[in-house]
Amino acid sequence: MTFSLKKDKSGIVVVGVDGQLIVGNRQELKQKVLDALDGGGRKFVVDFAKTGYIDSSGLGVLVSLSKKIREQGGELRLAGLNEDLQTLFELTKLDTLFAITRTAEEALAAF
Amino acid sequence: MPLRLHVTALEMRLDVPSDLGVVGDAVELVANRLPAGTLSPRRLSFNFRTALAEALANAIRYGSGEDPAKVVRVRVELGGDAVRIHVTDDGGGFDRSHLPDPTRPENLEREDGRGLFVIRHLVDDVAFNAKGNGICLTLRAG
Repeated sequence: MTFSLKKDKSGIVVVGVDGQLIVGNRQELKQKVLDALDGGGRKFVVDFAKTGYIDSSGLGVLVSLSKKIREQGGELRLAGLNEDLQTLFELTKLDTLFAITRTAEEALAAF
Repeated sequence: MPLRLHVTALEMRLDVPSDLGVVGDAVELVANRLPAGTLSPRRLSFNFRTALAEALANAIRYGSGEDPAKVVRVRVELGGDAVRIHVTDDGGGFDRSHLPDPTRPENLEREDGRGLFVIRHLVDDVAFNAKGNGICLTLRAG
């Protein structure tokens, strides 16, 4: 399974991405997060600790989801980026759009 | 259409149906058969895979119009000094001269428009054929 969603005890939704987030599976992630948003979730952490690579479509879906969550008064944070993924966010300047923490635990603690 | 990779000592060839859903499988099929040594494990794991996924997605979406009857052709040249990825579609090519800068503030929240920008940062050289329907991505050894 590529994506896993779980809620912590304070209702924060943690999304794990196992493998890759690319053009072929981004809609699956989008739908899962939007379902959780419809279900009342407002605080989201996407954990990339087990992610190999993200393409530009994957970046795009994160931008789109972040906007939709913000419109509902929530926030999407990112965590667990390896050095290459961190560089990808920096060179696209998307690191200015998201709060990024080293681990999902840090993201949860910072909410 | 099952993916069938043709491998020789000098190159690998793969015809990919014009379906965005197969991009991930196509990338893994090629990357897993790339001989060890030319690219470091880290560059194979990230740069090679991401660049091939981007090039395939662009060819399928914009070149072949996601027409499942069409295929996108991948050829990977295996050199000692570099790996070259060629991706060719049946489209008419595209105008690269007016691509907006995705890092400008007004474009940051756009969902698309980052593909070629990302490719240029992942590989050592990007070249197009004259028609514009073929791209060659060079990753030098290391």
